[in-house]
Amino acid sequence: MMEKSEALQYKENGKTRKSISYGKSGLIKKSIIFIILSIVSFIFLIPFIWMLSTALKSPSELVASTTSFIPDELVWSNFLDALNAAPFLGYLGNSLIVSVSAVILAVFLNCLAGFAFAKYNFKGRDVLFIIVLCTLMIPVQITMIPNFYILKQLDWLNTYAGLVIPRTAEAFGLFLARQYILSIPNSLIEAARIDGAGEFKIFYKLILPNIKPLIGVLIIFNFMWRWNELIWPLIVVSDERMYTVQLGLAMLKGEHYVDWTQLMALTTMSIIPIMLVFLFFQRYFIKGLVTSGMK
Amino acid sequence: MSFKNFTQKNSHKIAPYIFIAPNIIVFMVFMIIPILFTFYIGMTEWSILGTPEFTGLNNYERMFSDPVFWRSLVNTFYYTAGTVPFSVFLGLLGAVLLNQKKIPFRPFFRAVFFAPVVVSMVAAGLIWTWIFNPNYGLANIIYSYFNVESVNWLSTPELAMPALILTTLWLRIGYSLVIYLAGLQAVPGELYEAAEIDGANTWQKFWKITIPMVKPTTTFVAIMEVIHGFMVFDLIYVMTNGGPGFSTTVIVQYIYQKAFTEGEMGYASTLATAFFFIILLLTLIQLRMGREK
Repeated sequence: MMEKSEALQYKENGKTRKSISYGKSGLIKKSIIFIILSIVSFIFLIPFIWMLSTALKSPSELVASTTSFIPDELVWSNFLDALNAAPFLGYLGNSLIVSVSAVILAVFLNCLAGFAFAKYNFKGRDVLFIIVLCTLMIPVQITMIPNFYILKQLDWLNTYAGLVIPRTAEAFGLFLARQYILSIPNSLIEAARIDGAGEFKIFYKLILPNIKPLIGVLIIFNFMWRWNELIWPLIVVSDERMYTVQLGLAMLKGEHYVDWTQLMALTTMSIIPIMLVFLFFQRYFIKGLVTSGMK
Repeated sequence: MSFKNFTQKNSHKIAPYIFIAPNIIVFMVFMIIPILFTFYIGMTEWSILGTPEFTGLNNYERMFSDPVFWRSLVNTFYYTAGTVPFSVFLGLLGAVLLNQKKIPFRPFFRAVFFAPVVVSMVAAGLIWTWIFNPNYGLANIIYSYFNVESVNWLSTPELAMPALILTTLWLRIGYSLVIYLAGLQAVPGELYEAAEIDGANTWQKFWKITIPMVKPTTTFVAIMEVIHGFMVFDLIYVMTNGGPGFSTTVIVQYIYQKAFTEGEMGYASTLATAFFFIILLLTLIQLRMGREK
């Protein structure tokens, strides 16, 4: 069977080469690899299992003298208790508002500016683009002190605007958008112009429909960045009602008394949205990573 | 020239400026101006409540004689050197294993290895803090299994950084693995076949064919991991907050601490400026490496 499939593969590749027989040793090799992969992937899953296991333990079992990997009884009510103990639903709501609006704004603005940088000749274009590119490597910590004061002057501390708008200046997204739009033929744009289409209409009706894969990648990555981000909310937000999920979790851990069953229940809930996005769009995710190196 | 033509020609000239305006304004206000301001504030004495007072290069003098600054640099290098080689090599190893033909459940394995990459550093930090808990943590099960006395990794100065590195490997190996998987697709199968005919074993094929052929990928992954290493913040903030002592204080976290915990905006900006130039140096090195490949 092995031989047959190998032979088939060569045929598929359009090559006429004698198939190499792996025979028994090949099967053994594959089995060993499979076993190694199984063990390692189990190790990779352990932290997730441990998180769930802790989230479902009863308080008495949590502090029992012998630590158990799988709880004796599963206390699902921990999740409800955790939600009652911390205003976590509010944090979730804030994170959703921030992530979704940041995604819409950043993707739209990046594509729009990317279009201009790719398809127009205008004064200062190259200088501006290089300046933007130079900020690719600049972490928040370098700009956060002046930003804190700027946001204070704008009265944007503890607001959604403060959480969302400054972060839409995302050099990676703009860079990627420009690269992608460059590949759209100029003749299409010229043709649309001759047909009397306005510049924005060209963007809206011609460019956007042609860059859907790029938009998919940008949506997923912007969502992940904003959902997972700690440092920016940490600077902008001090009012507990404006906490995002990550900030809320970090602050709960900082408290003197930490209820670990509840904290792990909340951690589980914080991971679920991003995991769902990942599982549904895995292909885009990996494609985006590979082609752009984002993350 | 008809009127329609005239407006079209004009709109063609004006449109790009309108298109880039929102983006560029945000860039200027929240990126470029703050960078320049950081340079300036770095030359002032400024506590969180007062007004900045120009002190020239005093802060820089202070920085060069600040043992915590040097410690934070050493820790940053320690963390980076402790994470990058392992995540690069283990990622490659995993990718090679996954890349074998006809491995069952391949998409499942790939998803498992990659899953931690999408988890936030905060969540990962919490999970691993609890794993390392000396009384009720998972590490405890392992200790009792081997009959070793329990150790509190995160509050032992020598072990806190290794604990962070271990956590990071869990978080990051999936990233390099996925990039390598793509890189391996580009290695022509004929090379392996030829080597097999010449009698090369698996190990020889790995060292003599795979490693040289994926060198561009290795450069790329290593660069991304170094960037990650230099900018790590969330994980340390959640797991150790730089402690115990200053054993896990890295540069970005020291900047944050000086600015927002201790309110020393001036000195924190000095540190931020220094970090800016370190990043600049790193970028230049990278550009060189990128050109070489």
